[in-house]
Amino acid sequence: MIASSRSPLAWVVHLSVALLVILWTVPTAGLLISSLRDKDQLAVSGWWTSLADSTQNAVFRAPGADKQVEKNGKFVISGNVLEGGAGEVAAFGSSSLKPGDFEPGQTADLNGGEKLTVQADGSFEIVSDTAMEGTRGQRIFYQATVPSRFTFDNYREVFAAAGIGASFINSLTVAIPSTIIPILVAAFAAYALAWMKFPGRAILVAVVVGLLVVPLQMSLIPLLKLYNGVGLFLGVPAKTYVGIWLAHMGFGLPLAIYLLRNYMVGLPREIMESARVDGASDFDIFVKIILPLSFPALASFAIFQFLWTWNDLLVAMVFLGAGNEELVLTGRLVNLLGSRGGNWEILTASAFVTIIVPLIVFFSLQRFLVRGLLAGSVK
Amino acid sequence: MQQLFFAILTMIAGVLACVVYFFGTNFILDRLFPSKGLSGPNASRNLRITNAIRPWLFLGPALITLAVYLVYPVIESIRLAFHDKSGIEFVGIRNFVWMFNDGEFRQSIFNNFLWLLVVPALATFFGLIIAALTDRIWWGNIAKTLIFMPMAISFVGASVIWKFIYDYRPEGTEQIGLLNALVVYFGGSPEAWVTLPFWNNFFLMVILIWIQTGFAMVILSAALRGIPEETVEAAVIDGANGLQIFFKIMIPQIWGTIAVVWTTITITVLKVFDIVLAMTNGQWQSQVLANLMFDWMFRGGGDFGRGAAIALVIMVLVVPIMVWNIRNATKEMEGH
Repeated sequence: MIASSRSPLAWVVHLSVALLVILWTVPTAGLLISSLRDKDQLAVSGWWTSLADSTQNAVFRAPGADKQVEKNGKFVISGNVLEGGAGEVAAFGSSSLKPGDFEPGQTADLNGGEKLTVQADGSFEIVSDTAMEGTRGQRIFYQATVPSRFTFDNYREVFAAAGIGASFINSLTVAIPSTIIPILVAAFAAYALAWMKFPGRAILVAVVVGLLVVPLQMSLIPLLKLYNGVGLFLGVPAKTYVGIWLAHMGFGLPLAIYLLRNYMVGLPREIMESARVDGASDFDIFVKIILPLSFPALASFAIFQFLWTWNDLLVAMVFLGAGNEELVLTGRLVNLLGSRGGNWEILTASAFVTIIVPLIVFFSLQRFLVRGLLAGSVK
Repeated sequence: MQQLFFAILTMIAGVLACVVYFFGTNFILDRLFPSKGLSGPNASRNLRITNAIRPWLFLGPALITLAVYLVYPVIESIRLAFHDKSGIEFVGIRNFVWMFNDGEFRQSIFNNFLWLLVVPALATFFGLIIAALTDRIWWGNIAKTLIFMPMAISFVGASVIWKFIYDYRPEGTEQIGLLNALVVYFGGSPEAWVTLPFWNNFFLMVILIWIQTGFAMVILSAALRGIPEETVEAAVIDGANGLQIFFKIMIPQIWGTIAVVWTTITITVLKVFDIVLAMTNGQWQSQVLANLMFDWMFRGGGDFGRGAAIALVIMVLVVPIMVWNIRNATKEMEGH
């Protein structure tokens, strides 16, 4: 716009934007890459090294004395420490304190007078002049260079064992009705506030704007008490899906009404007036003209509400409970952080499962999201 | 699976109920006071009546829901804040006396003010810079999408992402957290960042800034594009350089939008709960009001009086912004 594309200033702009983009995307990228790594590698090396080979300390127990064979007057036990797996032996040793004392191909003297040789490909030989004894075999410590490995194992594990699958369904169960049901209710109210004349309209609009910023925390305790009361009165559990759907609808309505009203006010007055002259009632005008025209605003709200209900933790914890059965994805993730805080293969994969749905929604419907943001912020 | 089916059924039932309500009441209203096809004083009287009733039929479900889920709770919270833990016995201002003498509460207030100072300022600042820079390059939209992306991620998901970055391994072992790896690479010694009192607040704030910058960027970018070309052109003719144009011509014209972004993020900050719960649960002096309130809702069987008192503090902090918003909205309404 101002700087011409060839000036040094333009390069500064390109570079600084690139830097900011990297800063903003690296955290998510790290999570995604880590969730796909082999869990043993994930635990010992940073994800940025995931393309390079990693070195792991390992131990192998050689077969016992009964497997020895006599060869040229010497007793030999042989085998392969890698057991046919991928990788290479980088170093080996005979004690856990010094796993890297010897290079592959060198020979180490063991305590019993045996000689141990390990080759880079993992094959080893324990050679002794006298017959070896004992059923427990010699332990061989080694450092292996393992090529990087990517796998879906972590995902298989979280779906099978960590309860992520059930929580995924719970999250969908909460989010879908909470998104769809409020739309019609909000649309009718928004039309009334935008185009119908009645006493108290200005006050109601002000109330909606005010409710837009009421902290959710205010509502929790009274509503929990109310739900407990209703549950007791009707003899049903206080924490149900119906309860959370209604709660999400209540908390989403101010934004929905505000967004839709702002949009509908901007529609041309002439359309409505000519329809009215033709004898259409407000109801006809709304259903036949306004509702179809408001589709973009409805879509914006639906995306907001979906992201909000899917990502919500607080409302779900309070109104659905924190039991194992009813945890939504966000709640499950918090639980895993507590109980499996060190198991990054579980955490990274679970976190990615929770963010994948909103990310898909985000990338496919970003246009509506931006439009909603622009209309929804109080100007 | 079964419950998902149940959810979809309820959704259809809910939507149908709405449709039945709106069409049904409207149909009945038109039947009771017919005006179509009639003429004379009767018809116009009926038309007047239906026009007076219909807005309330339209508004009914929304108003009832808002009243139950937002208005009633605010009033009830105020009442509960002056009652004991079960909400039965009136205790006057005892909850507030307890609150201001409670070390954890004062810690939370202090931390919340830190958050309020840092997060809106930095998120708006980065948002503005990115909006201004990306407008000038051909791949600006791609850059914006990537920076906007964290908006879609839940606070809990973001917390896991960042906890991984702050991960700590004892000195000497290989670090798998990016931050500690960088520190070690440049010759420092690794730290368990989220357990450092005071400073851990800032490590938690980074998460919210990371999320909210995209929001600020989108709004400010639209505002920057709305600036009339002539003002910029005039400045160019007068010999202003890029920085002068940005600070003296463009910024003053979008002050209103900057204020909107700032206040919106401020409200988000006041309500922040998930990040603290997931990262530290208020340990190591990182407690904030919203998490403290959640704590008291359930701690020791739940103390609704104290919880409500803390909620009231959050509400009081929000009120100035609320008043400002309402005044702006009414001003705009008068223009219509």
